[in-house]
Amino acid sequence: MSKFLMPSLGADMESAILMEWLVKEGDRVSKGQIIAEVETSKGVIEIEVFEDGIVEKLLVKEESECKVGEPLAIIASDEKKPLHVEEKHESKQPVVQETKEEQIVSEPPKPTALHVEQEARLKISPAARKKAGETGADLSKFDPNDGVVQLSKIEAASTTEQEEPTKIESKSDTHIEKNSGMRQAIATAMSRSNAEIPHYYLSTSINMTPALKYLEELNKKRSIKDRILPVAILIRAVVLSLKEVPELNGFWQNNSHQISKEIHPGIAIALRKGGLITPALLNADIMTIDDTMNSLSDLITRTRGGKLRSTEMTSQTITITNLGDLGVESVFGVIYPPQLAVVGLGAIIDSPWAEGDALCVRKVMRATLAGDHRATDGRTGGVFLDRLNHYLQNPKELL
Amino acid sequence: MDNTITYREAVREAIRKAMSEDERVFLMGEDVGNYGGSYAVSRGLLDEFGRERIIDTPLSESAFTGAGIGAAMNGMRPIVEIMTVNFSLLALDQIINNAGSLLHMSGGQFNVPLVIRMATGVGNQLGAQHSHSLEGWLSYIVGVKVLTPATVQDAYDMIGLALSDPDPVLVFENSLLYNSKGSLDTKSTPIPIGKALVHRPGKDITILTYGINLFKALEAAETLAKDGIDAEVIDLRSLRPLDDETIMKSVAKTHRVVIVDDGWKSGSISAEIMARINEQAFYELDAPMARVCTLEVPLPYAKHLEDAAIVQVDKIIEMAKKVMVQS
Repeated sequence: MSKFLMPSLGADMESAILMEWLVKEGDRVSKGQIIAEVETSKGVIEIEVFEDGIVEKLLVKEESECKVGEPLAIIASDEKKPLHVEEKHESKQPVVQETKEEQIVSEPPKPTALHVEQEARLKISPAARKKAGETGADLSKFDPNDGVVQLSKIEAASTTEQEEPTKIESKSDTHIEKNSGMRQAIATAMSRSNAEIPHYYLSTSINMTPALKYLEELNKKRSIKDRILPVAILIRAVVLSLKEVPELNGFWQNNSHQISKEIHPGIAIALRKGGLITPALLNADIMTIDDTMNSLSDLITRTRGGKLRSTEMTSQTITITNLGDLGVESVFGVIYPPQLAVVGLGAIIDSPWAEGDALCVRKVMRATLAGDHRATDGRTGGVFLDRLNHYLQNPKELL
Repeated sequence: MDNTITYREAVREAIRKAMSEDERVFLMGEDVGNYGGSYAVSRGLLDEFGRERIIDTPLSESAFTGAGIGAAMNGMRPIVEIMTVNFSLLALDQIINNAGSLLHMSGGQFNVPLVIRMATGVGNQLGAQHSHSLEGWLSYIVGVKVLTPATVQDAYDMIGLALSDPDPVLVFENSLLYNSKGSLDTKSTPIPIGKALVHRPGKDITILTYGINLFKALEAAETLAKDGIDAEVIDLRSLRPLDDETIMKSVAKTHRVVIVDDGWKSGSISAEIMARINEQAFYELDAPMARVCTLEVPLPYAKHLEDAAIVQVDKIIEMAKKVMVQS
């Protein structure tokens, strides 16, 4: 028997709302099965169970907020219980009762904790809440046990504070608050990145004409829906380059450089309503170009539909950001901690290009790399960009 | 010119003035002629205006209210007197299905310029069938206006306002107010229908009321003032339409509300007012709104039980203090 805990779906996540259980008590689950949907600041994520077993007890109600690490369910080990359940399928009463008793014994602190939380809810009058909103008074300063927070308390508090900055802050806040959850998540991660990670930046121009020509030839033979988009070859080229320069693929954790064997590039995907998510294209290293294309389409669709899985939110080993569609020529990314690097891909534009002694026009893309200088040096990054260039000059190798 | 007269005289003067100025105006109801009205409001009018304009009717509220509607639709300006609000229930069909509906049902072709006066109010040991305040309930009706004059000035002004309104207007005269005295300025411009009046400005708590309870609320406010609570007392004057603007303005100032209503609590005008404040001024509230209403019993006859059932000054004071310390 083990507890299924609220997973951390990002270095910056503190809690999430369990939106829906996709299993019920008594259900048999297997490793990797999606058993719940949780809503984080980044959207709705499907979360997977990490072992085989039987859902013995769901500890958390739907639509309740849970901290990372909080037990969500009890999963009974698969060994005896399933037999019981299956055998006594007709008269499952005893089994259910048995498990119930066990839970009561094993989970007494849970309900009390909930009660305390309910009792501790701050009561605040509407007028006081409105005033607090106007003055930017900090409601967390009030003790729920001191009774209702009324206008007089807020007024008293704001006369003691009365600072100009709070007022200005509350005014300028209004815009940001709309997607504050995600904005806050990005803000936290990126502040941490810039504070902790010494970045180095490299940039190189890549002649994309050979790759695009090759792609054109390839697509000619294919039906429209099977066609490969340039972004797929770019990702493929990054992944293959990472295989040769694995130092950039992994994490900097506990002051040590950890190289990941699998390559799960996080693909920066802009959401239509604003904000950005970088879900992982899982196991991109063992994909063909077609797999890459298909998986990418699927990933984008699910990201925008808010249907990502927890592993996709947590497994990224490197980030690829492509601002080419906006005509941006070079992107110098900020590394998402604890990753080691971010690859930036700019727009493919017609540029003057020297070949031998001749000057000609080619499709050119700027590829950049921001690396964590604690883990790697510019030289490693340089090798990576060189390999990236190599693959894009020799597109046949991408298949 | 100022002079002090009773509420009863003010109503009578208003009717007399209207009848003198406009020959389409007439009064009908039970005992309004020979007997001079059960509350003596129309005493003397029969001699002055004759049987064609001061009409005694049979005991049939539905019939004479219906007759009033017909007369109004045909260009007359009838004042129908219903002896007490309890009896108006017999005329509800006429009030709702005809008076309140005809303008809409005729596509705006027929107004019903009818005035219905009723005695209302609790107290005076009249028993359950003669002593209720159903004006909140009648305010539910679409198509009519509901006025509740509390002061002598309003008793006088509102008859004129009601008669000049093209639509049916119900005027609720509290029977316990008929003997009350006040100054009357017959030359002043009447405050229009649908406008509430701040009788006593205050900053700590709003007491919303109408009719006779205005005076209980004002008395309560004086006592509250001694305890350092500055109550604002508002006379709603009109229960339909309600003056949302004045109500919300006051709530935004005091952030606390007590509603004093002669009716029963459940489904009352006080419930409607609470709902509106919730809709329009929720974020102005600093404490839950409270009500002082008549207990939910048919009004008892016995004096001590009757007193216990109805709104009293000390109940208003108690409730206001409770709201003030609410936490």
